[in-house]
Amino acid sequence: MTLLMGAVAYDPKVVTIWGGFRSWLNEHGCPFDFVLYSNYERQAEDLASGRIDAAWNSPLSWIRSRRLAEANGRTLTPLVMRDTDRDLTSVIVVLADSPYKDLADLRGETIAVGAVDSPQATLLPRSFLAEHGLREGAEVELRRFDVGVGLHGDHIGGERDAARALAAGKVAAACMIDSNHLLFGKEGTLSAGSTRVLAQTPPYDHCNMSVGDTVPEQTKRNFGELLLSMSYVDPQVRPLFDLEGLTSWRPGRVSGYGALERAVDETGFYSAEGTVTAQGYRP
Amino acid sequence: MTGTARSLLDLGDLGFEQGAHLLVQRALETLPPGAELAVAGLDPALVVHLEAWCRGKGHRALRAEENDEGVRATVTRGRTDLDRWARAERAGRPEPGGIVASPDPSWGLAARGALVEPGGPPLNADLVERDLVWAELAPSLYAHAASAQWDPATAIGWDAEVALAPEIERAVVQIMTFLVENEQAALVVPARLLARIHPHFREVLQLLAVQAADEARHVEIFTRRALLSSGEMGTSSVSGRESLATLLTEPDFSLASFLLSVLGEGSFLNLLTFIDRNAPDPVTRQVARMARQDEARHVAFGVAHLQHQGKVDPTLLGRLRGAVEQRHQTLVSSAGLNQDVFDALVLLAAGEWSPSGIRRGYAAVQELQEEMDQGRQHRLVRLGFPADEAAELSALHTRNFM
Ligand SMILES: [Fe+2]
Ligand SMILES: [Fe+2]
Repeated sequence: MTLLMGAVAYDPKVVTIWGGFRSWLNEHGCPFDFVLYSNYERQAEDLASGRIDAAWNSPLSWIRSRRLAEANGRTLTPLVMRDTDRDLTSVIVVLADSPYKDLADLRGETIAVGAVDSPQATLLPRSFLAEHGLREGAEVELRRFDVGVGLHGDHIGGERDAARALAAGKVAAACMIDSNHLLFGKEGTLSAGSTRVLAQTPPYDHCNMSVGDTVPEQTKRNFGELLLSMSYVDPQVRPLFDLEGLTSWRPGRVSGYGALERAVDETGFYSAEGTVTAQGYRP
Repeated sequence: MTGTARSLLDLGDLGFEQGAHLLVQRALETLPPGAELAVAGLDPALVVHLEAWCRGKGHRALRAEENDEGVRATVTRGRTDLDRWARAERAGRPEPGGIVASPDPSWGLAARGALVEPGGPPLNADLVERDLVWAELAPSLYAHAASAQWDPATAIGWDAEVALAPEIERAVVQIMTFLVENEQAALVVPARLLARIHPHFREVLQLLAVQAADEARHVEIFTRRALLSSGEMGTSSVSGRESLATLLTEPDFSLASFLLSVLGEGSFLNLLTFIDRNAPDPVTRQVARMARQDEARHVAFGVAHLQHQGKVDPTLLGRLRGAVEQRHQTLVSSAGLNQDVFDALVLLAAGEWSPSGIRRGYAAVQELQEEMDQGRQHRLVRLGFPADEAAELSALHTRNFM
């Protein structure tokens, strides 16, 4: 059988990446094809219902497709993930010369976050803030920057706009993934040394290759082993890894999704059965 | 750990937004994969950024406990940077003696002798074999060509007085118009060829590039001489353009080089000598003389390249012969030289419209054609053709000279 994977077209490079992986996998005896989605919600639904065999899932769409599948008595496996998907953190950043010394000082202030469906810039930081006594609408206000809604934060625009709002002094703090804080400092969105990391979330995991139970065990195992065998030494593989931002595939794991599961439940983003229940979320 | 001192890097107050990664990278390069590097530093965001940077580069950073050395994190070296270059190879050696017979098309535009990361798009070049394009003479011919470049604005005495009888001036204008047309063909052919050659054969590309630049100057000076007095160009015949079109359509590097440089530009050497000798004014003489210097080089490379190729390809002479015959067939029903050009050459050598002058001029042009024929035969013999075959092939050359 040809294993059919879904991927979300958040950027034109997605075609290059998965077209390249498709060629490589086919050449290595694994019939593989992919379809593109404009947003993660439809992909999650199609994976859960078995219309596609696998999906390159954001952490949020992993949670939703898993919930949808399990509600229908099906199971999904997080087969592999990028080495760079493990142990990420998000940071709460303030201006270096601001008076805020710890999280509690942000009480009564407005904090910039990313798009409504961004795990790293909205859902996880909001849950983290609430855990530290800064609940949205109570102790703090959140200002959302909705860019690329439906892409689960893959589009960097929301985080960059949040950083710009911080630099312009329109908000007291901004939330972003750790690597983007470094990127914004290097590219000048935030001038070097002008900001301070006030707090950092515990580590969490990001995307994974979710495989459905439409795929026979043997095929699933072959697919996983082939991906894990891809090497950065291989000149055919290396440009694809560079584009997709990994240096090796690692086995999938669910241990890094607990915080996001909680964040989804706290705000009722999805129901326990995977229905979209978030208010004002139009992917 | 006992026995090994752990490496320590102190970044001072340098942050990752200001280039700290360069120092980390440099320190890691000296360590084997799996080794640890302790990183100390004062930047408040150091650990956050170090972790993010390491993740993207295939290293691992572990936050340090409180300690006396100011160590903030320990990096375990990964191997991604080493893997990138694991299968890298040298693209030959830099000097001309270091060229390889079949350079890998995926070396692309890499400098000869560079350490090339494998992969990447293959070059869109089809002339990728040394024996198809190389000549031992190419490096020295290029060096000579580069040193012999001249400025059209100053190399010609454009201010010299030119006051010719109107009909003589018209003859000069017609010859210049013909030359421009031919120079344009001579510009386009090497320019097209050089884009098809693997840049590994750098000196050949350089030589062809300078050759194209030479032709660009020739186009300029002949145009400028044509317009000097009358301000108007002469005629362009279908037959002349038909003849040149057959040069542009030859896809084979050796055959194109043979038809253009050995036969065409070779004949032009005689033509430019003729114009120099019979020039009615100093500007006409100078433009012919300057162009001739360059053409001699173009002919020399054409001959050298084909001599090199003849040594490795026994079928070459047969193919060269086929090319001349085919071009002759294509042009058999074409008049060849523009009649206006022939008449203008006669008048140039005559210098006047008297019967004795015309007799003299006509004989001079016949002598020119004889010289061209001798020159072509001589070069064909140098390429290895027997004398009788050389004579036969020379006679089949286009009447359009180029
Ligand atoms: Fe020329
Ligand atoms: Fe030439």
